[in-house]
Amino acid sequence: MTTKSQALLNWIDERFPLTSTWKAHLSEYYAPKNFNFWYFFGSLALLVLVIQIVTGIFLVMHYKPDGTLNASGIPVAFASVEYIMREVPGGWLIRYLHSTGASAFFVVVYLHMFRGLLYGSYRKPRELIWIFGTLIFLALMAEAFMGYLLPWGQMSYWGAQVIINLFSAIPLIGEDLSLVIRGDYVISDATLNRFFAFHVIAVPLVLIGLVAAHIIALHEVGSNNPDGVEIKKKKDANGIPLDGIPFHPYYTVKDIVGVVVFLFFFSVVVFFAPEGGGYFLEYNNFIPADPLKTPPHIAPVWYFTPYYSILRAVTFPLFGLDAKFWGVVAMGASVVIIAFLPWLDRSPVKSIRYKGPIFKSALVIFVISFVILGYLGVKPPEYAFFDVIPGAPIAQICSVLYFAFFLLMPWYSKIDKCKPEPERVTSK
Amino acid sequence: MKMRVINLIKRAAAVLLFAPSLALAAGAVLHLDRAPVSKDPAALQHGAKLFVNYCLNCHSASFMRYNMLQNIGLSDELIRDNLMFTGERVGDQMKVAMRPGDAKVWFGTAVPDLTLIARQRNSAYGSGADWLYTYLRQFYRDESRPTGWNNVVFENVGMPHVLWELQGDQVATVSENADGSKSVSLSLAKPGTMSAAEYDQAVADLVSFLVWMGEPVAEKRKTIGMFVLLFLAAFFVLTYALKKNYWRDIH
Repeated sequence: MTTKSQALLNWIDERFPLTSTWKAHLSEYYAPKNFNFWYFFGSLALLVLVIQIVTGIFLVMHYKPDGTLNASGIPVAFASVEYIMREVPGGWLIRYLHSTGASAFFVVVYLHMFRGLLYGSYRKPRELIWIFGTLIFLALMAEAFMGYLLPWGQMSYWGAQVIINLFSAIPLIGEDLSLVIRGDYVISDATLNRFFAFHVIAVPLVLIGLVAAHIIALHEVGSNNPDGVEIKKKKDANGIPLDGIPFHPYYTVKDIVGVVVFLFFFSVVVFFAPEGGGYFLEYNNFIPADPLKTPPHIAPVWYFTPYYSILRAVTFPLFGLDAKFWGVVAMGASVVIIAFLPWLDRSPVKSIRYKGPIFKSALVIFVISFVILGYLGVKPPEYAFFDVIPGAPIAQICSVLYFAFFLLMPWYSKIDKCKPEPERVTSK
Repeated sequence: MKMRVINLIKRAAAVLLFAPSLALAAGAVLHLDRAPVSKDPAALQHGAKLFVNYCLNCHSASFMRYNMLQNIGLSDELIRDNLMFTGERVGDQMKVAMRPGDAKVWFGTAVPDLTLIARQRNSAYGSGADWLYTYLRQFYRDESRPTGWNNVVFENVGMPHVLWELQGDQVATVSENADGSKSVSLSLAKPGTMSAAEYDQAVADLVSFLVWMGEPVAEKRKTIGMFVLLFLAAFFVLTYALKKNYWRDIH
């Protein structure tokens, strides 16, 4: 480095911790050297967040959160999305990047969370990272839900109608709460405007804050790895973990490969199947919102369907409160329970590599249940597999299995026959 | 009044969420013919001609401007001389004079804007194009309807058969199947100005135009997509080599 730029750097460092931050988080942050495929999804989630924010900024320049009808009888908000698709130069690309990005976000986040399940990344000392992560997931769901109202299509409108009505099931405060959320007695221009405010300002701020906390907590305790052993236990004379390598340049160059592969699949959807077969952009959402015409089948977007299935699975009243309320409770609990994993898992080992057959089976059953719940969530409640096996009781069984995975974990993770953990990380 | 509306909506939402079996009771299985969708400019131009002559009287295409038809190979002069009838300018949107409120009184329902119709009509039964192609060929005479027309795909549709001159009059024979469901077969009672094959071709061109109009950028999108994928594939080789080089000492 030339003396002049060194002098500038010194000048900055005396006033702002530039070099020390760079070292602490990148060039001297030691990550385990044995990260595998599953470790790409954290950086990819960050990439998708950036894609959503950048495309979102350009969409806001042209989108109009206005539920009133224009001269042709089309809601202004809906028309402004088509204006972006047709008349804004490159607008179609920005919009498809954003709509595909929403689904991609959930794909990478679900895989990122599954990685945590596989390798016990939620275990001590990473409980706070996991809790921040769960909060990010919750914020992401709120962000996606509110964003979905903005195109003001039929599914936007009626999906929001169904979900907001769920809040009215809460005893005593429910009616007023749903009124506050809507800002009106029905989904209306008021709802659209407040969802717009939440979607573009409030929730993204919370999300970015939580992501920062997630990463700061991670860099405080260090990354877990596929073997689930702490690399900080074995250090060299300089205090550097023997199995650690600097995040930069090793994982920056590796993550760039992951980014390119991800962008390839992402582009396949954006350029060749932006509707995602009706799952990323639902066909009914090309019809402008009509408060007087309820669609025959209201399905949430695919990433919410496992939880929607759990909601529908509760069909019986309890303690004098109706089934709808308990469905809401079950749906809420199914997300919140994820945060408790660090205290539910009592296995002596972290990684699936050394866990016993019971935990492995439980995880397989959990994943299958989750996928079936998701599949049934896009179908109407009377759906039957092959027109014979009714879906509703299957969804109930899968809901029970979903909760059993968590609630029985303290017991089955303890009695399981685990293999001994290695001293050092193993190479692939 | 407001409370009644709220309660109605609440009840509707509750029914949708929790009542089994109601949701699809109304929709019988649709049998749709596969639409021969074309990207040929001549077919699209013929479709555009049919569209402005037969559809654009009641249905708007308000997300379209006339000069966007340049993208199917028409010049402003051709558009102005052949496809515009009421003194609009070529940069104007394809709107209609009929007001949405009037349509509701006259046809019992608001007349939908057709810009996105091909994307809206996608379903498990077939593509939006298939639906439109079948729908536009399956009108039949039904004196019990106010317009004198009914449709196999869209029962009790509010729209009359605007292409009847071309297709002629079809009549329906309803037969009951063994399982109690009904099937409708159509036969031509009075021929139109086109033969059956000519009419099918005309509808195919019209549907092709509607598909194009649903997303005018679709073809360009795929072309750009090919370049993007080629770039990413090449870039992958580069980044992978970089990674390999950096990691050569890590074991």
